[in-house]
Amino acid sequence: MKLREDQIERYSRQIILSEIGGKGQSKLLEASVLVIGAGGLGSPAALYLAAAGVGQLGIVDSDRVELNNLQRQIIHSTGDVGRPKVDSARDRLHSLNPDIRIIPYNLRLTSANIMEIIEDYDIIVDGSDNFPTRYLINDACVLADKPLSHGAILRFYGQVYTILPGESACYRCLFPEPPPPGAVPNCQEAGILGAVAGIIGLLQANEVLKYILGAGKLLNGRLLTFDALDASFREVKVLRDTDCPVCGDRPTITELIDYEEFCQL
Amino acid sequence: MSITVQIPTPLLKLTGDRSEVTADGADVKELIEDLEENFPGIKERICDETGQVRRFVNIYVNDEDIRFLQRENTPLQDRDRVSIIPAIAGG
Repeated sequence: MKLREDQIERYSRQIILSEIGGKGQSKLLEASVLVIGAGGLGSPAALYLAAAGVGQLGIVDSDRVELNNLQRQIIHSTGDVGRPKVDSARDRLHSLNPDIRIIPYNLRLTSANIMEIIEDYDIIVDGSDNFPTRYLINDACVLADKPLSHGAILRFYGQVYTILPGESACYRCLFPEPPPPGAVPNCQEAGILGAVAGIIGLLQANEVLKYILGAGKLLNGRLLTFDALDASFREVKVLRDTDCPVCGDRPTITELIDYEEFCQL
Repeated sequence: MSITVQIPTPLLKLTGDRSEVTADGADVKELIEDLEENFPGIKERICDETGQVRRFVNIYVNDEDIRFLQRENTPLQDRDRVSIIPAIAGG
């Protein structure tokens, strides 16, 4: 695709990067990314993906903006409290970059609707906040062969990992089963530093940009963890589990299941 | 023998907020017993009733997942670095 003058100007500081250039910018403008959750992770991820000129950005969230979200969910503003998050996110992204298409999905993902939604996207960003949705997204992405950027946060700590179905380990290879309810607290119970959400969400955006551009080395096969209190990153190896029920050699999960039941909810 | 153990966020209360502790053990099983002596209650958060590491917790010895080594019997050496990494879901 031929870039317009205003596009060359808008994206000039990344077009001059040899890994991007006009060709890479065209790839970004032709790419479609689905961001699941317009929360702590989805906010920074969506803002930077929109700013970079990802041509189609889908945003999924069924919640409304609350005052206690604003400490970290920087896509929303004080005046948005009470509005559906996807509306608030769409307006903010559109004002940041009217050059791209934003598709809001004001719904909760389920086994019944996820396959149809992810079908239209090149890569998925998991910024959800609960285990049933995380396993649902993983299984759907493996079954639909969609790359997935996983990010999760708690207090001063975060994890990032990239899943390329068929090539690298999936979320179930990493964690075969969810913790029983109550065993691992969520951000509402245990708290979260806004900057940690920003750092992990941006690492996810960084993975998505590299995937689209075909640049650098992705976080597939290695889990990156971040500890904000001692400002340290660590990584561990993630191997494909040949016995994985969804991506292993003899999968037993060949269609989506009931994820609430799987997580004992 | 001294092994460095990275303690994950959900278990920090048991170690008095220390995210890195030292422990001893010839293998992972012994290391967990040693942690339990110093930080009572930590074992049942990591292991189930049968002593196996829970399915939502991973243990890495020098960045290798023990599920792909010898699980709880994975041998340890002086100055090994062990990380305990549980699934978290916050977003």
